[in-house]
Amino acid sequence: MSLKKVHDDQPKEFKFSSENLKKAEEILKRYPIKNKKSAVMPFLYLAQSQNNNWIPLAAMKYIANFLSIPYISVYEVATFYTMYNLAPVGKHFIQVCTTTPCLIRGADKIVNLCKEKISPRENELSKKGSCSWMEVECLGACVSAPMIQINNDYYEDLDEKSTNEILDSLIKDKPLKPGSYRGRKNTAPEKNQKVNGENHA
Amino acid sequence: MEKIMLKPENKIFKNLYNEHGWEIENAVKRDDWKDTKNIISKGREWIINEVKTSELRGRGGAGFSTGLKWSFAPKEVGSRPHYLVINADESEPGTCKDRDILRFEPQKLIEGCLIAGYAVNAHVCYIYIRGEYFNEGRRLQEAIDQAYEKNFLGKNACGSGWDFDIHIHYGAGAYICGEETALLESIEGNKGQPRLKPPFPALVGLYGCPTIVNNVETIAVVPTILRRGGKWFASLGRPKNTGTKIFCISGNVNNPCNVEEEMGISLKDLIEKHAGGVIGGWDNLQAVIPGGSSMPLLSKKICDTITMDFDSLIENKSGLGTAGIVVINKDQDIVACMARIARFYKHESCGQCTPCREGAGWMWRILDRVVKRKATFSDIDLLSDVTKQIEGHTICAFGEGSAWPVQGLLRHFKKEIESRCREEPLIKKKIDNPYLVDQHLLENKNA
Repeated sequence: MSLKKVHDDQPKEFKFSSENLKKAEEILKRYPIKNKKSAVMPFLYLAQSQNNNWIPLAAMKYIANFLSIPYISVYEVATFYTMYNLAPVGKHFIQVCTTTPCLIRGADKIVNLCKEKISPRENELSKKGSCSWMEVECLGACVSAPMIQINNDYYEDLDEKSTNEILDSLIKDKPLKPGSYRGRKNTAPEKNQKVNGENHA
Repeated sequence: MEKIMLKPENKIFKNLYNEHGWEIENAVKRDDWKDTKNIISKGREWIINEVKTSELRGRGGAGFSTGLKWSFAPKEVGSRPHYLVINADESEPGTCKDRDILRFEPQKLIEGCLIAGYAVNAHVCYIYIRGEYFNEGRRLQEAIDQAYEKNFLGKNACGSGWDFDIHIHYGAGAYICGEETALLESIEGNKGQPRLKPPFPALVGLYGCPTIVNNVETIAVVPTILRRGGKWFASLGRPKNTGTKIFCISGNVNNPCNVEEEMGISLKDLIEKHAGGVIGGWDNLQAVIPGGSSMPLLSKKICDTITMDFDSLIENKSGLGTAGIVVINKDQDIVACMARIARFYKHESCGQCTPCREGAGWMWRILDRVVKRKATFSDIDLLSDVTKQIEGHTICAFGEGSAWPVQGLLRHFKKEIESRCREEPLIKKKIDNPYLVDQHLLENKNA
């Protein structure tokens, strides 16, 4: 369950942009007419992308009206799922996987680097406000551990050096490319790699 | 026993690492969408029987017979439409196989959806992808669009006379939505909280209609089974544990990877031949989680000889689960590893059933105390008791999933745990509190 706090400073109004209104109509077509409620989750994503990656309460009210369902039905969904941000996050939103498969390959070192470079605490904006980070549960890229997700992209096969470079690039607002940082092809086994664990964080 | 290793010609997922291109043109070259119309023209009964002959068992964790599951769907469509739902909410720690199918073999999944949809009388299919797989979902949508362009989907899909549409629905970071009824709740726009069974989704599922829910890998292997015959698939692996399976080998190995292998391959071969061996050598192995974090870990002694299939793992009080193998070597603190898994379950419990919601937290706190050497010997019995109280007392299998790994730890590493415990409780002063609470919480503001 998500335990995120709703942001104190809420905008009064929210409505979909005309572009998102069109998208919303397309989304509604996917579900039976009498089951419009199914569109709650995709609509929350739309609202989140329109509002700098977080969902204000006004957007929940707007979506509830849009779908003719009670406000609480939207609110409970938005607070249940962890990927809906209820408070502002950085333009570069870093999610560090720290579940066991990543942990045993050094995810704690990545967490320390985030504390050092971005902000001492999770979900806290960096000094210039462009980055924030949080620990998350398994992101489903365990054979590429340790890994982080930055906005929608996966950065895999990390170690301290490459994580440093990635975080620096975010602070400079010139993000490096996602993918494997050990130069391997997707999830294929590597050949001729150094053995005895010299190739991870 | 004869050594089991997969021959290259029996590989189903030839593009697991994207060496040959994922686009539909390349997929067709790999025989996707070959004879699909012909297969469908043989009829529902033939398809379901062939899948039964193959003895395919669901790849999502429970290992239920796929052919049997399909046969539970009503034979005739009544007043309610039928639905096919694909579970791509891959969130089990240690598992990342579906991600590669979505990225690099999407046509296998899409073709499988059409065939399975026809077999269970469904015109509409929802693919539920975890929200974090945003790029994978976008890739799948591209692949679906390509299939529509070629008329493989839509009205009269692939010339079969069957109308079929596929929609993608994104999750939003809830592990529990991998449970099939929670997944259906989530598509309906609710919190992902599992439903009581029965009624099973095959009769009352999505929007109250008959619904068949299958894992990505299960559906993606179906077209190849039907093209090459159920008997071919059944000839691979071991009896009742047939076919091939994608194994994800992560953790303390030299070359972590995803690899398709025959069911029943020995764990040692899998780790040494494909994943470059355990870091520090086989003797440095401490334990292996064989099937995603929900499955109890195995001690090294069992790992020496175990084969990777449903039944042999059950014999050893574990399970194949999703075949996400997490290798833990002796450089790791095994209790800390399992405490982290307990924290995962505490975070992901949906909160519906009390034993799971509260128990998951208890397990994590006790294990955390053991890691910090603050636990007493009586805590071990308490921990064991909590796992028993969760197991079997919840609506869904999440209860077992959170309790089993801790039970596995207690089974194989009790001495290790005991060596960190103490006689006297850390906080000796008894606080006169009428409620049953964790005493240490009262004085430890960080807990």
